[in-house]
Amino acid sequence: MPVFAKLTLTEIKLFLREPISAFFVLFFPTLLVVILGSIPSFREPQADLGGARVIDLYVGIAVALTLAMVAIQVTPAVLATYRERGVLRRLATTPVSPLKLLGAQLAMFGLAAIASTALVLAVGRLAFDVRLADNFPAFVLAFLLTAAGTLAIGIFVAAVVPSGKAGNSVGTILFFPLMFFAGLWTPREVMPEVLQRIADFTPLGAGERALNEAMTGSWPSLLSATVLLGYVAVFGFAAVRSFRWS
Amino acid sequence: MTVIEVRNLRKAYGDTLAVRDVSFTVEAGEIFGILGPNGAGKTTTVECVSGLRRPDAGVIRVLDRDPDDRSLRSDVGVQLQESGLPDKLTVREALELYASFYAEPADWRALTRELGLGEKLSTSYVKLSGGQKQRLSIALALIGSPRIAILDELTTGLDPQARRDTWDLIESVRASGVTIVLVTHFMEEAERLCDRLAVIDRGEVVALDTPAGLIAGMDSEQRIRFRPSAPIDDVLLLARPEVRQVTHHGSQLEVVGTGNLLHAVTSVLAVNEIIAADLRIEQASLDDAFVQLTGRFGKE
Repeated sequence: MPVFAKLTLTEIKLFLREPISAFFVLFFPTLLVVILGSIPSFREPQADLGGARVIDLYVGIAVALTLAMVAIQVTPAVLATYRERGVLRRLATTPVSPLKLLGAQLAMFGLAAIASTALVLAVGRLAFDVRLADNFPAFVLAFLLTAAGTLAIGIFVAAVVPSGKAGNSVGTILFFPLMFFAGLWTPREVMPEVLQRIADFTPLGAGERALNEAMTGSWPSLLSATVLLGYVAVFGFAAVRSFRWS
Repeated sequence: MTVIEVRNLRKAYGDTLAVRDVSFTVEAGEIFGILGPNGAGKTTTVECVSGLRRPDAGVIRVLDRDPDDRSLRSDVGVQLQESGLPDKLTVREALELYASFYAEPADWRALTRELGLGEKLSTSYVKLSGGQKQRLSIALALIGSPRIAILDELTTGLDPQARRDTWDLIESVRASGVTIVLVTHFMEEAERLCDRLAVIDRGEVVALDTPAGLIAGMDSEQRIRFRPSAPIDDVLLLARPEVRQVTHHGSQLEVVGTGNLLHAVTSVLAVNEIIAADLRIEQASLDDAFVQLTGRFGKE
């Protein structure tokens, strides 16, 4: 087996051995969809949502939630712990570059996010008849943009925190306001105008908007795409500049 | 054949000069020790040799290559302090994973047997004791069948039995042709294992010799302690040129001197018909040589 595949497989095993975070990443977004979808009024078309149902919105929000948990909560904690414990330092003495381990981690997180998203979409469709519009490539694009924007932030946090514990704390502190703007508590569509405009410029607000746009059949708006690519550029650059291996 | 050459190495962290001026060469097949008190610059030196840190000045060649050369990573096995593994990774997974990094890995099953880890293969890293983690770390340094193994504080955290087992392993690894660089502040280990030693203090090499050479090189004094069967006048002992000093510790007498001190003392006692009970001779050890070279104690 190529080294990269073996590293990725090892990372997947390690991820599954942390049952709480694995549960949250893989199943919590789906659980949220199931719970909200069980409320009868959330399955009725709403005039103030432009005829959409609440559950239609929450499938997109659940996908954003998946990416937020993976990129903002789990990534900084795991990467910073690897550095703190000298896992990266040990790897640097072998023929395998520590970059490969980072790559394997991102691959593993990507697979976990895709699995969780697939489950959200499948349950949303089968149980609550939430359909993706025909433009699947647009959804993939929105997913990738949101994943890249949030991961850049997560890796930057991992680069600057002193320890795994600090990575975990900073990730959690960022998670709640970012998810607020993604509409986890109040969907963006019913937020006051001012909050909506602010949300457009937050990574998960822009991400949720792009996902929502894709789910209703259009391509991610230029605004959402630009905001997300901006996060990739700024935080990606800062992360590369400040990342320490030991 | 020289496998490692270090010339005028210098490395600072901010305002702290960790390594001022270190030079040495390591020959193929030897066990080369780097000995020094904590903070002397030992670890920084081997980190530079391992390519983990870039020196500020000086030249390092490892197997005729620059330490930055990534092709060296499969020829040099490194066991460093402060390098761990993910908590939930088992011993077997770690060994299989690291073995897959190398084109011609060693047999990890044999390694674990020799290191006494055979029973622990399905134990996760976090559940290993300090000594077991240390042994796994040694196994991972040797798993690529390296030509050079750099081992930093090899037996720290091991109990005396595990320490002796590890020394046996190191000797058998050397017997298979591997050159070993051993960083230690543990005298017994250096004396037992090393063919040659560089003593580093405050970022400089203060001595470079075989362990026996280092001990012989100091202007050593011997010390004899005994309990005389009858009181003896110090003057009788001090009359001999070998004796420099006589002190009383209760019923015990301590004689310090040079040359054939034991013969001088016993002949004085014989003439005076005094018998020496509980006689002990203290000779210089590597510890003494180390203290004399660095002005500090090796053991904390």
